[in-house]
Amino acid sequence: MAYGAEPAAERPTAPSRRGFLRMTAGVGCSLAASPLVTPITLLAAPWEARLVVVILRGAMDGLDALRPLGDPDLAGLRPTLLAGPSEALDGFWALHPGLAPLRPMWAAGELAFVPAVSTPYRDKRSHFDGQAILEAGTGADVAPGAVRGGWLNRLLGALPGATAETAYAIGQDGLLVLAGAAEVRRWSPEARLELSAQARLLLAHLFHDDPLFRAAGDQAMEIAGRLAEVAADDADAPAMAPAVAAPAAGPAGQIAAFAADRLREETRIAAFSLGGWDTHRDQARALPRALGALAEAILTLKAGLGPHWGRTAVLAMTEFGRTARENGSRGTDHGTGGTMLAAGGAVRGGRVHGAWPGLSEGALYAGRDVMPMADVRAWAGWAMRDLFGLDRGLIERTVFPGLDLGPERRLVL
Amino acid sequence: MRPQPIEVEMRLGYGPRPGTPPAGGAEALLARLDGPDRAAAAWPLPAFESVAAEALEFGQVQRAARAEADAVGPAGERLRAMRRTRRAAMETILAHRLARAVEGDDPLRERLVWFWADHFTVRAREDRLRPAVSAYAEAAIRPHVTGRFADMLKAAALHPMMLLYLDQTASVGPRSRFGVRRGLGLNENLARELLELHTLGVGAGYGQDDVRQLAKLLTGLAYSLQDGFRFLPERAEPGAETVLGVSYGSWGPARIEDIEAVLETLAARPETARHLARKLAVHFTADDPDEGLVAHLAAAWRAHGGRLRPVYAALAEHPATWASFGAKVRQPFEFMAAGLRALGTGAAALAALPARARARLGFGALRLMGQPWEEPPGPDGWSEAAAAWITPHGLAARIDWAMAAPEALLRSGDRPDPRALLEAVLDGLARAPTREAVAAAEGWREGVGLILASPEFNRR
Repeated sequence: MAYGAEPAAERPTAPSRRGFLRMTAGVGCSLAASPLVTPITLLAAPWEARLVVVILRGAMDGLDALRPLGDPDLAGLRPTLLAGPSEALDGFWALHPGLAPLRPMWAAGELAFVPAVSTPYRDKRSHFDGQAILEAGTGADVAPGAVRGGWLNRLLGALPGATAETAYAIGQDGLLVLAGAAEVRRWSPEARLELSAQARLLLAHLFHDDPLFRAAGDQAMEIAGRLAEVAADDADAPAMAPAVAAPAAGPAGQIAAFAADRLREETRIAAFSLGGWDTHRDQARALPRALGALAEAILTLKAGLGPHWGRTAVLAMTEFGRTARENGSRGTDHGTGGTMLAAGGAVRGGRVHGAWPGLSEGALYAGRDVMPMADVRAWAGWAMRDLFGLDRGLIERTVFPGLDLGPERRLVL
Repeated sequence: MRPQPIEVEMRLGYGPRPGTPPAGGAEALLARLDGPDRAAAAWPLPAFESVAAEALEFGQVQRAARAEADAVGPAGERLRAMRRTRRAAMETILAHRLARAVEGDDPLRERLVWFWADHFTVRAREDRLRPAVSAYAEAAIRPHVTGRFADMLKAAALHPMMLLYLDQTASVGPRSRFGVRRGLGLNENLARELLELHTLGVGAGYGQDDVRQLAKLLTGLAYSLQDGFRFLPERAEPGAETVLGVSYGSWGPARIEDIEAVLETLAARPETARHLARKLAVHFTADDPDEGLVAHLAAAWRAHGGRLRPVYAALAEHPATWASFGAKVRQPFEFMAAGLRALGTGAAALAALPARARARLGFGALRLMGQPWEEPPGPDGWSEAAAAWITPHGLAARIDWAMAAPEALLRSGDRPDPRALLEAVLDGLARAPTREAVAAAEGWREGVGLILASPEFNRR
């Protein structure tokens, strides 16, 4: 069955004028484009939109997070997992109770889902390869791990005026999605580094000839110094302190609060990961924890971003979905089609996007998984086009090389 | 190319310990593997069975405590005492694991135990089983690091911690009597990781059918704290299963021997030799290892039927092992052990610190460096990539430990001159900037801290 019609195919080739103007406002084109200007000398990204990418490691069960209760085959596939209250969104879809804290966001039109999406990865269902492909943003023609950098880093390389502060990879996770040639910041909120001025100089000397240590050491000292300044400013002028998020309870909230702090300043792109999705058994017990952390992260971002939330899109993506059928231990095994969550004031929310393949025996992929109806990269690609006003061809050539973005996906306003 | 003694100590061990005679080359380190395992006896770890017994009792006491009003009765008191005991047990485990590396004289064995325990990663799914992670490595990994890979594979794959971690205890043959009666079925987790991670490697030519068939073959393996390990034929899928073209079992009663047979077959596959040869080369020599070295290790593996001791000899004898010296970054536990060795101190000094300092320089430091103790991110274990460890926050944590630990651990009479320590610890490997920085340090604390934070000390 089809749920929602696919938009008609069209191939706009001209860059979005609106986005182009948005991006170049405040900085001269020639300056932004000049290779002679080192990015670090530009003070701030010349655009206001913000993108947060959350990698959900372990394969989120999209079928449980966003339940197609109206699908006649769901109940038969999920005899125990549907127990407990669902949060009905419309006549067809319902939220897992673990996502209930996001319900007001749905009502406000700031929360959307795209079910039945996947990367081009098929059949072997390895977390590690699946995540490598999701983050590399590569196609089926590229072996997992063959491309070392991530698509978000390539986006950065394509954005005029991007500086070292523009993108932050947050947490202990390596976040391949932001790795690559363009300089990004990496930090984990619990890290600390207190050094005398002389020790900083000597460490810089110590690391100078070793590129790996120099890059990490310079950043560590710069970030720690900057955070110390911000903390000192806040202490000096409490009345001037920005509206920070409510004290975050869990690690997901802490990471999101740090992300929001940075995104209120010069940073425009942030990435972090959340784990706990590999629910092979007792999913009804395991999944609420992971969903709760995701909800906490999103709510913390919204609270922390304040007025900037309106120009923000959060995309939560996972390496693949899980089996349509419950397995023998009240859990689910590795599958194919998964679900993307999008949140933020810039998101066309309050709706489930894309096409739904149905769950009948014949509709399943390989007789076991949700059939992917679209490449998750196409959805992310269109979101970036609309957020940053990028040219479609640039996304197809540079960010997701070789991808045909296909019909326009209006996930972002 | 003959490596320098210090290169051998850093690549195959935990680096030099000033005041202790050097290991004496790769041959000497290899020879120690053939002798008795003295470190295991000197710094014992808890047995899995005793951890399991305590975990079982913990569950019973926990239920009793819940029944007590406000948990103030004797059961609540006992529960708190058991939690304290478990925390102390975890501290002892870290101290003994460190002591084996820092004070023992068989460092290659410790490095190999680390490598193989990481290859067969398990995590505790419940706090009460946290001490069981090291107990698992002690029982399933350590006795086999110089023996046959197949024996280690069987010991690891069939160990209760693996059965729990990768959900095998929840997998039931859907057509078995037990499965039909209870409406239970397969869980693919262990079967998939056995093929993808433990033996063939993800690039090998197996498919979803092989995963499914292996999952069926593995049914019947059971573990619970009450009943221990059991093989329960009534939970096993009836009939034969075909994995990679080989049929196991029959319509008779299911037998654990068929599971052991498939593990033997998987261990003997050439893809497994290749996969593990590469993994060893990656861990010991370079994130992107020399292909000749990988081929050499795989050939030794096959020539000796998967016996591991000759593979280590092949590693030590190949010139590429030494040509890439410095390409690897020490992982945080290795860095910490190397730091304690360099300072001439030991795990006892760390254990003697007040609780806060002990936590900051022990478990807390490992967490900030990106390697929370026995909590790897997934069944594929810790990253081997240098860039995964030398991140801004990871390096910040190393610098913090390097600057704080020496002062906390060494009494003023035991504090070596930083310039002398630099020679003793890096023995000719120190580059000019490191010498200059150490010489220009404001004081002893920074001088020693710069040595431990230096790229030369963090690489091997």
